[in-house]
Amino acid sequence: MTLVTDIAILVLAGFVGFAVISKIPNTLHTPLMSGTNAIHGIVVLGGLLLMHEAHGWLEHLLLVIAITFGMINIVGGFVVTDRMLEMFKRKPEPEPEPTGKGAEHEDAPQ
Amino acid sequence: MSAGTIFLRQQNFIDVCYIVAFSLFIYGMSGLTGPRTAVRGNLIAATGMAIAIVATLLTPHVWDGSSTPWLIVLGLVLGTAIGLPAARRVHMTAMPQMVALFNGVGGGAVAIIAWVEYRHHFGGDYTLKTEIPSLFAAIVGSISFWGSNIAFGKLQAIIPSRPIKLPGQAIINGALFLIAVASAVILASGTHSQALFILGILVTAALLGNMVVLPIGGADMPVVISLLNAFTGLSAAATGIALNNTALIVGGMIVGASGTILTNLMAKAMNRSVPAIVAGGFGGEVAAPAGGEDTDRGPVKSTTPDDVAIQLSYARQVVIAPGYGMAVAQAQYAVRDLEKALEDKGVRVLFAIHPVAGRMPGHMNVLLAESQVPYDLLKEMDEVNPEFARTDVTLVIGANDVTNPAAKNEPGSPIYGMPILEVDRSKSVIVLKRSMASGFAGIDNPLFYEPETSMLFGDAKSSVSEITAAVEGL
Repeated sequence: MTLVTDIAILVLAGFVGFAVISKIPNTLHTPLMSGTNAIHGIVVLGGLLLMHEAHGWLEHLLLVIAITFGMINIVGGFVVTDRMLEMFKRKPEPEPEPTGKGAEHEDAPQ
Repeated sequence: MSAGTIFLRQQNFIDVCYIVAFSLFIYGMSGLTGPRTAVRGNLIAATGMAIAIVATLLTPHVWDGSSTPWLIVLGLVLGTAIGLPAARRVHMTAMPQMVALFNGVGGGAVAIIAWVEYRHHFGGDYTLKTEIPSLFAAIVGSISFWGSNIAFGKLQAIIPSRPIKLPGQAIINGALFLIAVASAVILASGTHSQALFILGILVTAALLGNMVVLPIGGADMPVVISLLNAFTGLSAAATGIALNNTALIVGGMIVGASGTILTNLMAKAMNRSVPAIVAGGFGGEVAAPAGGEDTDRGPVKSTTPDDVAIQLSYARQVVIAPGYGMAVAQAQYAVRDLEKALEDKGVRVLFAIHPVAGRMPGHMNVLLAESQVPYDLLKEMDEVNPEFARTDVTLVIGANDVTNPAAKNEPGSPIYGMPILEVDRSKSVIVLKRSMASGFAGIDNPLFYEPETSMLFGDAKSSVSEITAAVEGL
């Protein structure tokens, strides 16, 4: 691929990003941030692709660190986002149904 | 090798996987527009990530070499083993520092990969197309790593969250930035092969990351976190150009775009420009004049939980304005109980959420969602401000600067012009606060001295619980 193709992809992705993300309400800004945070962990691909070209202990060590960092970023980011969003999901129905999971906090005598 | 394996290892197949992966990112993120679709959106994006990683592992030669498979597996397992429990265990109140930390390791990975990339290619096939983006990634990734670590330290209270400033900070930062860029240009022009230059870049960028975030006060954290998130995204996109990897380019750029949008929204909500925030927080020189005249504001009226309970129970409408203090005291469940108790008495309760309340965008929403406050009671600033005139009692819990009327009335105030929650327009205001200490901005809050304001001193959680008990006893 040429540099121009790459830059074209970059610019288009930027526009798509702006279009999608400007629709997201304030309430969901934290999950949005931690979700996109997880996505930039994709840089782990760089570590995976370079490993077989590495020479010497230093480069190997650096790449293991890079892959570890990237995976922390990805796994941690998505799991944390999921936990947050689960809390938002059961929001809209306040009382009607008998409370489902996570109810342990409100069993106090009314 | 069977025909199937050969097909799987075709570059075209890998590229198609990448396209599927980044489409899933975009589709998943667009699910975040509503709380109902958001969980699925996040899972879709995670699926995209899994596809991208598996496709990469199927790329020809990736497993070549005797130690390569072990090291790859080691990295993947180690990262998962560290990230998973951390993400599972973290309290919602500690979410800002967790996000900062995850962002930091992402930036660190970018910087390291740029470094290795440089070591491989220099002198050989290191074309400008690879060089420029990877040097960019080295600088920005390193800034992001160190900046995020400092942000983490501040949020975790390892480092004091007040602005820490050196004399001539702006000049030092400028000089560091110039050194980093100059080293990059020298490297890119290809005359000096010394590994020292790349280390020089990484080190100056590291210093710069520290120096930029240290002077920023806690209240500006929502801006900083979004900005660093954008940085990591952009540097990942640059890595994608260097490595010719579409998934990286698109993934990184989406994050860059979202981080930029959030940064601007946060800065606008504080009526400050991003460069001004990066150049240094409140509390340094600006707060001094405001602090000089605060002694003759008049007396402060303090109150008791029982009095507050009576006031609240006989109100028709109560607005609760939470701030970072609620997060620190972990008072969100207590606040939810109070809201329920008042609702049982027939009081209408609303929550007023300022866009920069707390330490990251949407911080208060997450905490209140955790304690299961109904979604439709959370009102954004523009929605709730007209309500204050009709409100009998406003309960300010651990919020300060976002309710400070000086932002409207005192042109000399450092926060003049910042949009605030207009709590002073309600019939009475009760402020829950630990002490009379000023907020992060270090600015005195005239709200506390208004005749209709009374203060309830103490830990937010126990104060709110006492009020709830008193309301239930009435």
